Amino acid sequence: MDFDLMINSFPKLLSATVITLKLLSASLFFGLFVGLLFAILRINKNIFINKFAYGYSYVFRGTPLLVQIFIIYFGLGQIEYLRTTFLWVILKEPYWCAIIAFTLNTGAYTSEILRSAFQTIKPGIIEAGKSLGISNRIIFYKIQIPIAIRQSLPAYGNEIILMMKGTSLASTVTLLDLTGVAKYIISTTFKPIEVFIVAGGIYLFMTFLIHNFIKYLEKKYSFQ
Amino acid sequence: MEVIMNIFKKTILTVFTSLLLIGNANADKIKIGTEGAYPPWNSKDASGNLIGFEVELAKELCTIMKHECTIVEQDWDGMIPALLMRKFDAIMAGMSITDERLKTINFSQGYADEVASLAVMKGSGLESLDTPEGINLSIGGGDVKKALKTLTGALAGKTVCVQTATIHQNFLESGDVGKIDVRTYKTQDEVNLDLAAGRCDAALAAAVAFTDYAEKSGKPVVLVGPTFSGGAFGNGVGVGIRKGGTDTIGKRDAKLLKDFNRAINTARKKGIISKLAIKHFGFDASM
Repeated sequence: MDFDLMINSFPKLLSATVITLKLLSASLFFGLFVGLLFAILRINKNIFINKFAYGYSYVFRGTPLLVQIFIIYFGLGQIEYLRTTFLWVILKEPYWCAIIAFTLNTGAYTSEILRSAFQTIKPGIIEAGKSLGISNRIIFYKIQIPIAIRQSLPAYGNEIILMMKGTSLASTVTLLDLTGVAKYIISTTFKPIEVFIVAGGIYLFMTFLIHNFIKYLEKKYSFQ
Repeated sequence: MEVIMNIFKKTILTVFTSLLLIGNANADKIKIGTEGAYPPWNSKDASGNLIGFEVELAKELCTIMKHECTIVEQDWDGMIPALLMRKFDAIMAGMSITDERLKTINFSQGYADEVASLAVMKGSGLESLDTPEGINLSIGGGDVKKALKTLTGALAGKTVCVQTATIHQNFLESGDVGKIDVRTYKTQDEVNLDLAAGRCDAALAAAVAFTDYAEKSGKPVVLVGPTFSGGAFGNGVGVGIRKGGTDTIGKRDAKLLKDFNRAINTARKKGIISKLAIKHFGFDASM
């Protein structure tokens, strides 16, 4: 065990964690909107809208995140026409490719989490709102959505942790996130065990923080 | 009951003897690690079999050494760690002999050498680089200094792509050509893809890696600037072997290094290396 290497690589890995956190927060932010949108489409009565939303979540939950990121980064880069459009400004950058892939992936899971939360809302609550003469719109935004978000907190907490670990795949498209820098250090020191232990420790600590934050939210917004 | 016990005993006995046999077979068997993604040094055919210069050379060397060899695949970025963890006993993966690597592992004498070059897409502004044909960083001198200065100017602010943990990455990060945006990839295939996609302004690798890609893909990839050798680019490609030691495996490793050196000598004298090099590179890259 090379403890000096572990100590020396720690600050480098810590500054790479900033990239990991940026990727995570950006994809969770966009993913929440995508997820909410598709959850609403999923509970729509129109069969085409419903099936479309289902198809999206089916495809993105049914394929590995690594494949998705490769298709978006290497796959789309091969289409010559695309390279002449304004889209290339975004797709040229590995950073944005990673965020797009992560957003679409977490969006699919989030839509399922929120859909099931919507469906578990007791009809009595909505009926109570209606009997008070509250409009459907207000019921949806002020009653259904807040309840759904509270209901989905435990599952969504898991999704955040999964996504945090998923960001390590950004290193496969040249980004120097936590895993990317760990691999970089290993490529010059040839000591994977020491470096990955430190990197793993940082991931574990982030999981610890996320887990406790979600637990705090759950307590704060509990119905009791 | 006795019948069952007999069958039971027999089975156990068979399993044990076969295990012992496997163990014995392994003792004399050498495992050679290669990447299988760096043509023409080593690559894979359509059905996933390992092919290329080093795969054929490894078989020849093993015949000379009278060792039974198996060639196994290993990702490039884990090549040296895997050797150290004894997943295999030798590396033949287009790995150049450099001072950096010699700190961790041993190398046999070089069996082939081949220059590195920058590549760009046709029509790139870098196409008209005015430099000598080739520079040797070990020799140095006015020409080399001038060429490096030209490159520093031309590459300033550009994105140059390389495979990770290679001599090419080391060179770009050495500061010899100033501060550039170096992007690293897991495989050379990915470097080629991103060069063709226009994400890289230029790429640096073994010159043959680009000519091979241009030929197979039909993409307008062209070599620019000087060819590089010496210095950070090492002293040829050799067989990577663990540093010997005093324990059984250490002694075996030390012997293996001697065996490889002798076998390379024999293969060179017989013209086997040259013949294979011409077959795969199109020119005699042997050394």
